[in-house]
Amino acid sequence: MSPELINLIVQATFESLYMVGIAALLGTAFGLPLGVFLATSRKGELFAAPIVNRVLGIVVNATRSTPFIILVVAIIPFTRFVAGTSIGSTAAIVPLTIASAPFIARLVEGAIREVDGGLIETASSFGASPMQIVFKVLIPEALPGLLLALTLAVVSLLGYSAMVGAVGGGGLGDLGIRYGYQRFMPEMMLAVVVVLIALVQLVQSAGDYLARRVNRRLRHR
Amino acid sequence: MNAHQSLAVGQPIERCEAISPAAAEPDGMVRFAGISKTYPAYRGKPGVNALQNIDFAIPRGSITGVIGRSGAGKSSLVRLINGLEKPTTGRVVVDGRDISALAGRELRLAQRSIGMIFQHFNLLSSRTAADNIALPLEIAGWSKADIRARVAELLALVGIADKHDRYPSELSGGQKQRVGIARALATRPSVLLSDEATSALDPQTTRAILDLLANINRELGVTIVLITHEMSVVRQLARDVVVLDAGHVVESGHVADIFTHPKHPITQSFLAEVTGDSLPVSLASRIVAEPSAGGQAVIRLGVRGAGAGDTLVARLARELGLDVSLLAARIDEIGGQHVGSLVLGIPLGISGGAEATARTLAFLFQHQFPAEHLGYVA
Repeated sequence: MSPELINLIVQATFESLYMVGIAALLGTAFGLPLGVFLATSRKGELFAAPIVNRVLGIVVNATRSTPFIILVVAIIPFTRFVAGTSIGSTAAIVPLTIASAPFIARLVEGAIREVDGGLIETASSFGASPMQIVFKVLIPEALPGLLLALTLAVVSLLGYSAMVGAVGGGGLGDLGIRYGYQRFMPEMMLAVVVVLIALVQLVQSAGDYLARRVNRRLRHR
Repeated sequence: MNAHQSLAVGQPIERCEAISPAAAEPDGMVRFAGISKTYPAYRGKPGVNALQNIDFAIPRGSITGVIGRSGAGKSSLVRLINGLEKPTTGRVVVDGRDISALAGRELRLAQRSIGMIFQHFNLLSSRTAADNIALPLEIAGWSKADIRARVAELLALVGIADKHDRYPSELSGGQKQRVGIARALATRPSVLLSDEATSALDPQTTRAILDLLANINRELGVTIVLITHEMSVVRQLARDVVVLDAGHVVESGHVADIFTHPKHPITQSFLAEVTGDSLPVSLASRIVAEPSAGGQAVIRLGVRGAGAGDTLVARLARELGLDVSLLAARIDEIGGQHVGSLVLGIPLGISGGAEATARTLAFLFQHQFPAEHLGYVA
């Protein structure tokens, strides 16, 4: 493989990491509070608002059931409004964020709901405010689950990012399509897939390691 | 062991304030006035009247047991005390403050003077023992230095100073409950609520935890409310007791009074757990309806009160001239009073006559021991 091609792969890898990294951060910034709210706003819960909960649940489901490639195209005007352009890696972060936030919210909701309800009652019994319960009880207790959820979200984002080539987002998936498929360079396709596999492995291992580190439910040896 | 050793001594009964209607008891630490609690029908499930017409006061500085079967309303009652639930009607006054009328920030401030411990400990798995104890102090806004000093003090108080940096997963059940107790006491509450706190522990650990609670009550003067379905917990620790059944208080008062003269069937059934009305199998299988020559009549009698029954067998032998044999006995101590039952064998003589039996029953009746003629053994 020529140095030019290797250079292309390195560049595409950085583009992917840039898009996925920023989208994961932004997706978490929106998804984490949304997930916590979804997990605590049913009838009789900490921030009880059953109707808002229901509406947000429908919005989240709707976003998640829209195929990503359609979402990318459908929100082009919004992307242009936010990013100033609808083409390129930075613009691609907008649909990636919008796709990942509800996904992360559902995963966060699941992790938070795993926390023993008795702990909420306990904290309430010594006079904790709802916010104190979220920050001192729910999030710390759900941390292992939250880290695994984020890991899963990053891995999914790597998959999504392959599709933003459609709007000139670049990245590894785009490279694989344009060189590996359209120019019929199987070695390029293989290289892209190998890099993606390595990235996913790396992310998953790091996530598993961190989740295990913060999980105090297991006995430490 | 304690109860059996002190059997012959007949300890004096400790006197303390009795539980009385809220109106006549202005100084109760916790007062229930006209309380009822109804859970509305929800998702096809019918509504539940969890508590009805609850009126009583828990004396300041006492250890009060609230005993009842599951579903009797115990949990609702305890959650009314710390404001986790609101009564449908009536008021709950804790330390002079109507907790049922408070909400939001005021309620949260009041809750700091009410500690609570739980059956499943409810410790945060992500925090060490010390950090779990620190949690209510963080919530109350204490400074880091004050928290550190208070946590060290509390760990020493509950006897696990060496477990400072241990996570709950590294602690035994008893140690976890000690952390729970330390956490509940962190903000120096005036009331400590115990919701089945020993139900998940083995008997030995239960005893140690109950001893710890007794010490805390004695040394800190904290009023303790014990919610339990276990008679042994009430027996070992409480001075006052409230018996709950189907949302009603069926009996309340001094443990000694209630359990030496139980009126309600529920109270009697709790007592039977301690006194054991059932006969040993080997004896029960031998009892027949007809007397036989050289056999014995079997009489069961109840023992209630301090020193009662101590000299009974000796007096029967001396005053009636009978070789009375003790077939079975179970006596325990509740609130300084002896409670239990004796099963006696009265010799029938060669003739097999019932005359000795009649004399024994008359003697027992005269001395006010409730007695029951169960039959005969060969």
